[in-house]
Amino acid sequence: MKKDIIISGVGGQGILSIAATIGYAALEANLYFKQSEVHGMSQRGGEVQSHFRLSDKPIASDLIPEGKADMIISVEPMESLRYIPMLSPDGWLITNTTPYINIPNYPDLDTIIAAIKKFPNNIAINAEKIAKEVGSPKSANIVLLGAASRYLDIDYDILQNAIRTVFRKKGEDVIQGNLRAFEVGRSIFNNLK
Amino acid sequence: MKKMVLLGDEAIAQGALDAGLSGIYAYPGTPSTEITEYVQFSKQALQDNVKYSWCTNEKTAVEAALGMSYTGLRAMACMKHVGLNVAADPFINSAITGAIGGLIIVSADDPSMHSSQNEQDSRFYGDFSFIPILEPTDQQEAYDMVHYGFDFSEKYEIPVLMRITTRLAHSRSNVNVREKREQNIPLLPTDPIRFVLMPFNARKRYKILLDKQPKLLEESENSPFNKYLDAPDKTLGIIVSGIAYNYLVENYENHQLPYPVLKISQYPLPKKLIEQIYNECDEIMVIEEGFPFIEDKLRGFLGLGSKIRGRSDGSIPRTGELNPSIVGKALGIEYSTGKSAPEVIVPRPPSLCQGCPHSVTFEALNTALGGQSTGRVLSDIGCYTLGALAPYNSINSCVDMGASITMAKGVADAGFHPVVAVIGDSTFSHSGITGLLDAVNDKSPITVIIADNLTTAMTGGQFSPAVGRIEDICRGIGVEEEHIRVFEPHYKKMNAIVQILKEELEYEGVSVIIPRRECLVTLTKRTREERQKAKAEKV
Repeated sequence: MKKDIIISGVGGQGILSIAATIGYAALEANLYFKQSEVHGMSQRGGEVQSHFRLSDKPIASDLIPEGKADMIISVEPMESLRYIPMLSPDGWLITNTTPYINIPNYPDLDTIIAAIKKFPNNIAINAEKIAKEVGSPKSANIVLLGAASRYLDIDYDILQNAIRTVFRKKGEDVIQGNLRAFEVGRSIFNNLK
Repeated sequence: MKKMVLLGDEAIAQGALDAGLSGIYAYPGTPSTEITEYVQFSKQALQDNVKYSWCTNEKTAVEAALGMSYTGLRAMACMKHVGLNVAADPFINSAITGAIGGLIIVSADDPSMHSSQNEQDSRFYGDFSFIPILEPTDQQEAYDMVHYGFDFSEKYEIPVLMRITTRLAHSRSNVNVREKREQNIPLLPTDPIRFVLMPFNARKRYKILLDKQPKLLEESENSPFNKYLDAPDKTLGIIVSGIAYNYLVENYENHQLPYPVLKISQYPLPKKLIEQIYNECDEIMVIEEGFPFIEDKLRGFLGLGSKIRGRSDGSIPRTGELNPSIVGKALGIEYSTGKSAPEVIVPRPPSLCQGCPHSVTFEALNTALGGQSTGRVLSDIGCYTLGALAPYNSINSCVDMGASITMAKGVADAGFHPVVAVIGDSTFSHSGITGLLDAVNDKSPITVIIADNLTTAMTGGQFSPAVGRIEDICRGIGVEEEHIRVFEPHYKKMNAIVQILKEELEYEGVSVIIPRRECLVTLTKRTREERQKAKAEKV
């Protein structure tokens, strides 16, 4: 079993929380993993990506080789397209459709969505809206993780435990909100199929 | 055995705590910050009374660590690569005094300059200081090497340089950790004369340092971290260092290579092992993250001997970070790359947060300078460096920590007025104070803006050494009271702020302007924590 995942978005959108959740789950599932993340200047509203590698065998590189990623999980639609060269031809593109506009020349959203829809394996959802609906407006990232969770080959309850671990410091309300976001995200996948 | 999930930086910190660390000293700098931050928030460190300190700069950090080593305790100093330039003086001389308690200096290089102004390779510092270097391949080695490094440092009475790069620093993986050991007991040295580097003694100590070198070489040749992995196809031999090893083996099924590989993670370079691979193979490919340090040494100035390939001869790109694809292509492996990115995407450079106090300061400065801002605003390193980009386009330089004030002085000395320096509170404490003293002594006509957001913001909000005392420091240095102006940078106060700036820009002496408002990121975090604490107390 091997899963190479690119997690992308804009600094501050909760990319590291997605990565940390998969990380804790991988640890409990006794899998090898490597997860590289971005700190420093780029975190200030710039484009950020995290490479997440999961396997039942030891992993060498911290970075995913070009064209070998099994999945892109993106918290921002334009950012989901930035790392397309990393995605394998049969890989999944799972993205939020709510744009994060902090640049004056942000492209036309319809053009971006059309480009996303061109990929045979895509899940494009308004994760922001779903997160609000479950009463946890900051959990768009976890909605997307939920949507991606079927492909992770990690048990549902292990992923739930990982969410509890990641958000433990933020209190029980935040944990429950994220668990709801995760569940709804996961059910979206079922409805698509 | 206990397993933990750790960043490379955190693995170093946990490794240090488990290896009996007594003190860690640092100035924050990407990608090294998380080492000291981990100790700061570690319960184990608190329990064991391990000292941590965010120092004013890397030089003071290395000196404090050397002082702790002087008493026989194990100490660590952490910095980013350019920080080692600041700390070069104590670093190089600590090789001559030698260490007593285990002393490790960690320098985190940033190839591809993700968050830096250059991609210098710290191994050169180790080399010309005669200090042994450890270069971990992965998180586990980073953890294990700290234990090894402290022992090595104590055995040979020499500091050890640990060189990491961004990707290892900021990549997380499972790490097996071991039982912790006790700290050393502090004692004053029995031969303190060795720390007196007056010429008569420095000559003796320098000879002792040189005499240690054959032993250090022998250790490298037998190091558990340097491995010769033999293979049948001798048309090529691969010498690979540090994290580049991972990119190399990633390209081969089950991580098995057809060619002999020499993996290097401990320096001085293991001469016998290099001779072996050089003699056995027709060609040598050197793969290293950073500069062609090993490659150029092997090839030599005259490029004699069998063919050496690598970053210097163009087989691998000379600049930037490596990855599996770059290494694979250099070895002739075909890559079926994914589709190219759709043309619709545009770059998204980093920018100041919405509502950042610096944005008010920059807008006010632009207005106050009218049409003459271009070229007159010298600046520094921090979040406010983003003021060089649109929409502000307010600053004209970012060279090294503290250079804003001193460069502004040089521009003013050349006859220009007004000239402005923009520096943050933490950078001011790091290297701005001495430059300000120069300016005051010469009565240089410069306007120094110390943009005070009460924290070291760019690296994630660490302690800022001069906070709460900036006006006092300026007064103490001799800046005139009436030319120290403090205000809160808010848009609603824009007219008054512009007025203050205009007045001080006119003054033909040293002015210090302090826009002071807490960084939004730390403010949000602090408010959330306080709210939670209050909630917890209610329950």
